[in-house]
Amino acid sequence: MQNECKCNCNTADDPRYVELKAYIDSVKGNEGIAMSVLQEAQTIFGYLPLEVQKFISQNIDVPLAELYGVSTFYSQFTLTPRGKHHIGICLGTACYVRGAQKLVDKFVAELKIAVGETTEDGLFTLDATRCLGCCGLAPVIMIDEDVYGKLDDVDAIPGILDKYRG
Amino acid sequence: MEKVNVTINGIAVSVPSDYTVLLAAREAGIDIPTLCYLKDINEIAACRVCVVEADINGVPMRNLPASCVLQVQEGMNVRTNTAQVRKAVKSNVELILANHNRECLVCKRNGSCELQKLCDELGLTEVSYEGKMRKAVVDDLSHSIVRDSSKCILCGRCVSVCRDGQGIGVLDFTHRGFNTEVAPAFDFSMRDVDCIFCGQCINACPVAALKEKSNIDDVWAAIEDPDKIVVVQTAPAVRASLGEEFGFPVGTPVTGKMVAALKRIGFDKVFDTNFSADLTIMEEGTELLNRVTTGGKLPMITSCSPGWIRFCEMKYPDFLDNLSTCKSPQQMFGAIVKSYYAEKFNIDPKKIVSVSVMPCTSKKTEAKRPEMQVDGLADVDIALTTRELGDMIKQARINFPALADEECDSILGEYTGAGVIFGATGGVMEAALRTVADILTGQDLKDIEYNVCRGIEGVKEATLTLPIGGVPTEINIAIAHGTANAAKVLDAVRAGEKNYHFIEVMACPGGCVHGGGQSHVSAKARLDVNPKVNRANALYSEDERQTLRKSHDNPEVKALYADFLKEPNGHLSHKLLHTHYHKRDVYCQD
Amino acid sequence: MNINELNELKGKALKDLTVSEGYRVVVGAASCGIAAGAKTVLATLQKEADAKGLKNINIVPAGCIGMCVYEPIVEVFAPGQDKVTYINVDAEKAAKIVAEHLAKGNQVPEYMIKDGAVRNLNEIQFYQKQKRVVLKNCGYINPEDINDYIALDGYQALAKVLTTMTSEETVELMKASGLRGRGGAGFPTGMKWSFAAKNVADQKYIICNADEGDPGAFMDRSVLEGDPHAVLEAMAIGGYAIGATKGFLYVRAEYPVAVHRLKIAIKQAKELGLMGKNILGSGFDFDVDIRLGAGAFVCGEETALIASIEGKRGMSRNKPPFPANKGLWGKPTVINNVETLANIPQIYLHGAEWFKSFGTEKSAGTKVFALGGKINNTGLVEIPMGITLREVIYDIGEGCPNGKAFKAVQTGGPSGGCITTADLDTPIDFDNLVAVGSMMGSGGMIVVDEDNCMVDIARFFLDFTVDESCGKCTPCREGTRRMLEILDKITLGKGTPKDLETLDELAANIRLTSLCALGQTAPNPVLSTMKHFKDEYEAHVFDKKCPAGVCQALLSIVITDDCKGCTKCVKVCPVDAITGKVKEKHVIDDSKCIKCGACIDACSFKAIIKK
Ligand SMILES: Cc1cc2nc3c(=O)[nH]c(=O)nc-3n(C[C@H](O)[C@H](O)[C@H](O)COP(=O)(O)O)c2cc1C
Ligand code: SF4
Ligand code: SF4
Ligand code: SF4
Ligand code: SF4
Ligand code: SF4
Ligand code: SF4
Ligand code: SF4
Ligand code: SF4
Ligand code: FES
Ligand code: FES
Ligand code: FES
Ligand code: FES
Repeated sequence: MQNECKCNCNTADDPRYVELKAYIDSVKGNEGIAMSVLQEAQTIFGYLPLEVQKFISQNIDVPLAELYGVSTFYSQFTLTPRGKHHIGICLGTACYVRGAQKLVDKFVAELKIAVGETTEDGLFTLDATRCLGCCGLAPVIMIDEDVYGKLDDVDAIPGILDKYRG
Repeated sequence: MEKVNVTINGIAVSVPSDYTVLLAAREAGIDIPTLCYLKDINEIAACRVCVVEADINGVPMRNLPASCVLQVQEGMNVRTNTAQVRKAVKSNVELILANHNRECLVCKRNGSCELQKLCDELGLTEVSYEGKMRKAVVDDLSHSIVRDSSKCILCGRCVSVCRDGQGIGVLDFTHRGFNTEVAPAFDFSMRDVDCIFCGQCINACPVAALKEKSNIDDVWAAIEDPDKIVVVQTAPAVRASLGEEFGFPVGTPVTGKMVAALKRIGFDKVFDTNFSADLTIMEEGTELLNRVTTGGKLPMITSCSPGWIRFCEMKYPDFLDNLSTCKSPQQMFGAIVKSYYAEKFNIDPKKIVSVSVMPCTSKKTEAKRPEMQVDGLADVDIALTTRELGDMIKQARINFPALADEECDSILGEYTGAGVIFGATGGVMEAALRTVADILTGQDLKDIEYNVCRGIEGVKEATLTLPIGGVPTEINIAIAHGTANAAKVLDAVRAGEKNYHFIEVMACPGGCVHGGGQSHVSAKARLDVNPKVNRANALYSEDERQTLRKSHDNPEVKALYADFLKEPNGHLSHKLLHTHYHKRDVYCQD
Repeated sequence: MNINELNELKGKALKDLTVSEGYRVVVGAASCGIAAGAKTVLATLQKEADAKGLKNINIVPAGCIGMCVYEPIVEVFAPGQDKVTYINVDAEKAAKIVAEHLAKGNQVPEYMIKDGAVRNLNEIQFYQKQKRVVLKNCGYINPEDINDYIALDGYQALAKVLTTMTSEETVELMKASGLRGRGGAGFPTGMKWSFAAKNVADQKYIICNADEGDPGAFMDRSVLEGDPHAVLEAMAIGGYAIGATKGFLYVRAEYPVAVHRLKIAIKQAKELGLMGKNILGSGFDFDVDIRLGAGAFVCGEETALIASIEGKRGMSRNKPPFPANKGLWGKPTVINNVETLANIPQIYLHGAEWFKSFGTEKSAGTKVFALGGKINNTGLVEIPMGITLREVIYDIGEGCPNGKAFKAVQTGGPSGGCITTADLDTPIDFDNLVAVGSMMGSGGMIVVDEDNCMVDIARFFLDFTVDESCGKCTPCREGTRRMLEILDKITLGKGTPKDLETLDELAANIRLTSLCALGQTAPNPVLSTMKHFKDEYEAHVFDKKCPAGVCQALLSIVITDDCKGCTKCVKVCPVDAITGKVKEKHVIDDSKCIKCGACIDACSFKAIIKK
């Protein structure tokens, strides 16, 4: 049993924690803030590791297990750092019936990772997403903020990836 | 409460309007199966084995509603025994089994398992799916609790009891859909989180997904070892529950049979923790009087519940100085066995194996605290639960119900009624008041039943007038059981809203009678009996039967002071019977 | 501000909107327009117009214009003229539109729809059968400018309600309109309001459900992105009706553009005193806040949504109690869908009778559908209830692309079912769709053609629900997974006749005993495809064949005699399954082939086929 903290979670002068604390203070007192604090934390840190959730738990007085439960329930929260570029392949119905599975296969083959994983060089994270709301352009993928539609030709993919490898 | 008329399987009943169909059905003599429902604790309607067909004034309800949460309505007509309902219930149980590690023959809950019983009742004889199962995680790193995810049926009973009942929230649902689990945050071991090992989750769990860490084999090994002298103490609450392991009604006192069984198992000496409960009162009462008269830290808070101690160390470290420095009765007992007793009978204390039988899972961890040693020897070597003792008695093939009563060994077996009631919430306070009042008034008071201390209200408070230094002084007391209630009291103290002198806290709701090591009472049985009340009554009745009912009247305790300790809170007491506490960090990764 | 000031502002704003000289240029800039390049187009138009020093040109972004295939779309309005629509615009085209049309008044026909005399979208068949109530402002007004909304009667309904009607009258009018919830279940909105209104409580809430989780549906997004004030105004009206002073918009996190525009809209409404304290001097206070989802379909379900706003896991809870009695933080709460709300201002402006003049007896008004999948005109369509599916698919959607045969249309998303040719003449309304074994749902309409395997489609939907089940109750958490495993088995050619029975039984049990509607409806896609396409299931189970050639394990890829030996396929095969000499017929080693189909696409001679 540990009596002293052994992890280096010294948060006092990390500007990211300062920013998170400021956000928490701005919403504290309102009911049901756990989700929005987690969302803010993910924006600041990019992911929600133990130290961050512990910090939140202590500051908003919600049990860590409950926070962890919330952060593993919603698919947008991630507990591991993501790649520099995030690839989301739409597997909504419209995209699926228009052949999105082929896109998945191609990306998996190109990047040599499974869906949900990050490449070893930390460049890409591959995810299947729900409908991106651009069904008219199906099949659709999104890399970071860029949407690529009408990707009927999977051979276009290596070229698209190269743009982000630069 | 206004009554409404409903019909269940053709039987008309009139029940209060806030009843659920499940409760109304009981009135009609109809048993509806349940798994996730646990009265007053978990009403989340998740397992869907309590579904029924219903209509209201002839208008059928959509689908099959869950009777555990369906409120009765005038004109409601319920059917629990139709082909459709039977098929649905069976199908849901089969689905649960398809994702369950079905190894009943080698399972801790074989025989006391609610799922197993249900399968039997439903006549479920095969599981026709063979797909994916949840990955098995077995966490046995703590001294107290083992969690086995392969047995978990995701009923959420532990989640509710820990988060809402105890106000801690160690366990929660994680992930979602088929990947849902019930686990601590980040899949930490329960050893490393804010778990206080109260074991309330074990009591709530219908299956073997949560159970105590078993030390039975260690005890058998010690008994087998000719070089060891194995002594055993049993806590007050154990006697109120042990009988349940052998089919006695909840809350049947079985003290004499228990002693007989312990002797047959082969313990060299059979003692009683009630003895050290009396001892605790001497030490703690004296400490309280000292604090009150010398301006010490107040309120003083009891320290006999290790679950509560852990809670305070983790969540309310600013109250550590308020805790009485007294060790718990379990530890005091162990310390006395390996000092006074060993000395008196000329035994090498290293040869003594000190075993305790406790209603408690937290005691297993308490026994391992480094502070709980004297001169390198642990006060208590092995702590068992009531359930484990039940198992040992079965393993020894003792016909428990047929045993004749026997008496504890001397010189650590004598106890008073005050020691007995330690097992119920308010008991420590009442016992302390009996002694403190006598000391302060210098009389042998006859009015010793402090009813303000009794009952299962979450927080009990009173103000008593006692002559301190000859001056009538108001003493404010509070009693909290269940850590959520303790937190309420401490918050009020912290905020300056309350001014108490003395607070009793027990980590478990109801106190030790409802500790995490007590016999399992199924959800179904809990519809009719409240184990907290029944077992407490068993203790109060035993108190009444005692001729000596005040700790300071215990002759063996008196002898202990005369021969050995000299005075309460004296030098030797401090070495053997007192301890200290420290703040505890959790969820730390190395 | 008071009513007179609102009316004054309206007059002024209307003048600005309907340019008296020059041009109003509108660029469809909803998410998918932006994805297609609307931002570049907007910027280019503005830059070129500035460079040329053109006066009286008002270039604005707007919401969804509705025809995704033509994005980016630019529409040019001039006083006294029909609008002109340019399609598939890019920077180059934009520059030319400025140079020719805006600078010189010369329209550029080559950028318009290639259909004879067609000058704008209103003239094409796609729009002719539509009736725009909900989408009236979408694609026309600038959603980031409250003045545009006010110009077109915005906040007049709220003004009317607050100054001339009691709360009871407001509820009564909603009941009389016959509006039914557009979020899926079709529950009468007026009834829902009346339940909450009846409850006495210190606080009540109104929530706008903008979670829109049905994959392939984007009606609500389009409304929020194109006409956010309509939703805000409706929430305030609803708040007044039930006695709520606080509203929440629960928006799925995948909709950043919608959130951005909503935030602007809320800010502008507050600045003008149309939100906040003492609205329009009536003494009524109403405030709204946005809450973001985080990726969980089940949070569209009301009780899960409430849990999510409360900051918890989005797990549904048993009903009753219904949210109207015990909702957010235990207070009476009304939850309405975006599209439901978007109807509301107009109902109060024009009256219940007006609203009932559209649609059918039991389903008044219009419904917006997101038309997608194997259909030529993908996009957003709003039709009066009562027109037939055939009209939507063939007249508006113009059938399946590449001359493929229509097979079925899935409505109601993962909770719905498929509707086949046999039922295409069904007039669309809530009850009729249920009668043919599907449901209205939120408005996703996905067309599948002969190339789609219905077992695979069922598997797709079930995979979705398995993934999105909250995991709370046994039948949904465990049962859907077992159904999926059986479907997997069938698509792998390992299915048995017993599996079909088990599917049926499981489906029945999940429907009957699941805690919330996600589980209760999850088996629908399977049941409906089993009913309508039993032959396809049987082909998989008995003949080990996938008639549509989709299920990879059940097909062989073979090279026919049409092969010219060009070797192209050899190069694309990822597993080197193809061998052959140049200019000779090639062969595929079936034991190596992983059926990726790459070679089929590569062969210019169409010599490789699935069998
Ligand atoms: C699994 C599930 C998902 C749902 N998703 C949505 C949704 O995304 N948007 C929506 O408005 N309603 C959704 N609903 C329906 C809502 O629960 C609710 O009925 C609706 O928001 C009520 O609004 P309305 O009466 O205006 O339709 C969903 C229901 C279920 C069971
Ligand atoms: S938990 Fe119950 S059902 Fe499961 S293996 Fe143990 S006894 Fe059997
Ligand atoms: S129940 Fe049957 S199988 Fe099980 S242990 Fe007894 S005899 Fe053996
Ligand atoms: S032992 Fe007590 S504190 Fe620990 S998880 Fe169980 S109920 Fe919670
Ligand atoms: S551990 Fe036990 S009580 Fe907790 S969810 Fe699992 S089965 Fe239920
Ligand atoms: S109340 Fe009793 S049983 Fe519960 S933790 Fe404390 S000592 Fe153990
Ligand atoms: S039906 Fe599915 S989504 Fe609904 S409560 Fe049950 S598990 Fe959760
Ligand atoms: S389908 Fe794919 S694996 Fe099979 S032969 Fe063609 S390219 Fe190779
Ligand atoms: S690409 Fe077509 S034509 Fe060329 S070798 Fe392959 S099968 Fe023959
Ligand atoms: S406090 Fe222990 S981990 Fe930081
Ligand atoms: S289904 Fe892919 S964008 Fe909607
Ligand atoms: S759903 Fe009623 S007991 Fe579980
Ligand atoms: S055109 Fe509006 S969604 Fe595509």
